[in-house]
Amino acid sequence: MNKIFEKGGKLYWLHSTVDAFETFLNVPDTVSLKGTHVKDSIDLKRIVIIALISTIPAALFGMWNVGYQHSIAIGADPAFWSDFFYGLLKVLPLYIVSYVVGLGIEFASAQIRGEEVNEGYLMTGFLIPLIVPVTTPLWMLAIAVAFAVIFGKEVFGGTGMNIWNPALLTRAFLFFSYPSAMSGDKVWVAGAPDGFSGATPLAQAAANGADSVSFMDMFLGTVSGSVGETSALAILLGAIILIWTNVASWKIMLSSVLGALCVGGLAQLGGLTDIPCYYHLVMGGFAFGAVFMATDPVTAAQTECGKWIYGFLIGAICVIVRLFNPGYAEGMMLAILLGNTFAPLIDHCVVSAHISRKAKKIA
Amino acid sequence: MSNSIDLKKGLNIPISGAADLRVKDIAKAGTVAIQPSDFKGLNPRLLVKEGDKVLAGSPVLADKKNTDILITSPVSGTVEQVVRGDKRKLLAVLVKADAAQEYVDFGKNDPAKLSAEQVKEVLLKSGLWAGLIQRPYGILADPAAAPKGIFISAFSTAPLAADTEFTLASEAAAMQAGVTALAKLAPVHVSVNSSKSAFAGMKDATVHVFTGKHPAGNVGVQISHISHIRKEETVWTVSAVVLAAIGKLFTQGKLELSRRVAVTGPAAVEPAYVEVLPGTPMKSFEPFYGSASGLRVISGDVLTGRNAGAEGYLGFFDTQVSIVREGNTHELLGWARPLRLNQFSSTRSYFSWLCPKKQYDMDTNLHGGPRAFLMSDSYYADVLPMDIYPLYLTKACLAGDIEKMEKFGIYEVLPEDLALCEFVDPSKNYIQDIIAKGIDLMLKEMA
Repeated sequence: MNKIFEKGGKLYWLHSTVDAFETFLNVPDTVSLKGTHVKDSIDLKRIVIIALISTIPAALFGMWNVGYQHSIAIGADPAFWSDFFYGLLKVLPLYIVSYVVGLGIEFASAQIRGEEVNEGYLMTGFLIPLIVPVTTPLWMLAIAVAFAVIFGKEVFGGTGMNIWNPALLTRAFLFFSYPSAMSGDKVWVAGAPDGFSGATPLAQAAANGADSVSFMDMFLGTVSGSVGETSALAILLGAIILIWTNVASWKIMLSSVLGALCVGGLAQLGGLTDIPCYYHLVMGGFAFGAVFMATDPVTAAQTECGKWIYGFLIGAICVIVRLFNPGYAEGMMLAILLGNTFAPLIDHCVVSAHISRKAKKIA
Repeated sequence: MSNSIDLKKGLNIPISGAADLRVKDIAKAGTVAIQPSDFKGLNPRLLVKEGDKVLAGSPVLADKKNTDILITSPVSGTVEQVVRGDKRKLLAVLVKADAAQEYVDFGKNDPAKLSAEQVKEVLLKSGLWAGLIQRPYGILADPAAAPKGIFISAFSTAPLAADTEFTLASEAAAMQAGVTALAKLAPVHVSVNSSKSAFAGMKDATVHVFTGKHPAGNVGVQISHISHIRKEETVWTVSAVVLAAIGKLFTQGKLELSRRVAVTGPAAVEPAYVEVLPGTPMKSFEPFYGSASGLRVISGDVLTGRNAGAEGYLGFFDTQVSIVREGNTHELLGWARPLRLNQFSSTRSYFSWLCPKKQYDMDTNLHGGPRAFLMSDSYYADVLPMDIYPLYLTKACLAGDIEKMEKFGIYEVLPEDLALCEFVDPSKNYIQDIIAKGIDLMLKEMA
């Protein structure tokens, strides 16, 4: 690094930024100073890049689906490439806003703390456009991202210290601050003509019963919804990458599925709803949340046993919200944020139980 | 009596440069060093001055607090230099060896016929008492303490570690004498890696068979499975090489610390074993350096060893020297390259899982920048076969929270036990250092 970027140099205020780009291009030449003399090759950059790769199928499918839904809305014949490019042009601005605002704050706060820029936001910033309606006004997104990064992450000390998933905080901020732009039937389809209803399957099922939606359409994802959440198939591809590389916990994914099936099944048996319990797995943001959001290692439960409880809780709460909240049928966002809130408590109970069990073992 | 425990967790690091099972002759070291830093908890008082004559077994240092604990010279010769650092801190005492070795006579004894007091006295006088390590904290054993057991690991699973079956095969009788002597002080537990091991037939001890990946050979891991250390309990541990020396102390009546040391590592030329004394200068291992520059010479293994430097000395407890390249080079777009087949990772985020037999030329590069802890506790627990939560313990040490450190198992671990957690950590934290500082804090608070 050039001397002017070092401490005391004229451009020291750019230190973290220059360092970030330098380490982005090059694996740094730093060597182990104490402790183990050799290290595993894995670092946060690698973990983040793998997580990013795993979201790409959902992102690409989402872009195509934005165009496809638009074609249906205006009554045009769907064409693959033109649909894809239409979607790309709609989603790209969301990405630019998400990264410019989020990374700007990350770089500034890294400089203030005198640390290296953390890679965590690369993942968060990639997820945010995928969990909002494609019609979200860019200024709203900018404010929401700024809120989530500053108050959801930096005030706690940056990536690794946050309590809630920053991407979901962005979504929650948008939802509570600008509900009219985030829900209803109008927001999900880009460039829809007046009077066109693009209700999500979740809303349709809540209003008209399970017969009004098709399981296969929801599994493949050719339905309306937030950009990246519609295709359970694309998300499944991502889940396989995450589980195979051990970047995300399969226990959390599986237990949230079990939680959703359990509550959904009980509700069905009790006659509360006619929606088959497995529909919940492909409707709305459940799959996306369970695979990419709930598994964020920072905000999820830490202990193995805790992960089972945490995942189950998220799946169960998600379906409970869906069944009992008439105003807003999507429960995954709140379920995961609630799960994040309780994760430290779950871990505390698991660890305390372990300690007292161990004390009794030989005593 | 023996019982076997198979450990599922752990990781064998596939680093290249294992030593051939042969002893290579190297020039005898003219000078050996006695380093107080080898003995944690020792507050050294110097007993000799430059120019003094010493025999192998003559006291050189004593502990200020417990003056019975002596550190003795491994060779006979003349005290050449007393090396001091900042604030006159004693770094090393250098002894120039005589051509013919003379030993202090501690008297031949059959350890079976000695009392506990007699065993203690001989060990203290000879300086081998300092070879006993007391847990919790890994400090000098307190002669007045009554430990609940003495634990010995007769094998090592550390990367490229010396094969005790090769280095100590001829010492089995001495080791048995050592076990018999130590059994006078407390119940002895010996851990071996197979029921066919040369040390599996030890008498006067409980023999345990441990199988599994590293750190199955770490005595701390073994203790946690045999009888974990709880508050206000103490145990002592003895390394296999010190045990052999204790045995010889009784059977031959002299302090004989000479040992086979494995010279290993990706940068070592024709790695093999050598027969040397502790405190041998690293320069003696020059025949293994080759012509490469930018090497790191480690006394010990690559996970827990000490960067001794070319001017340093072999540690008292070490039976291995590791030579690795300094990894101070950049790698363009390294994190993004999909393949990087020459990089090892315990996770499947690289492709090293495709070639499980491959050995890697590892260097000292961090492979990333330091970050806050991001992965969850279970990521680290996967390489630690102990009944503790490693990340919780590490964070308690970082916070300096004594109560939590106690709860999460600070009494059971030494930094070496968490070395693998540090190896796999994607956030590149110095976990061993954090634990060591936690232990220092405990020592200060409990004093």
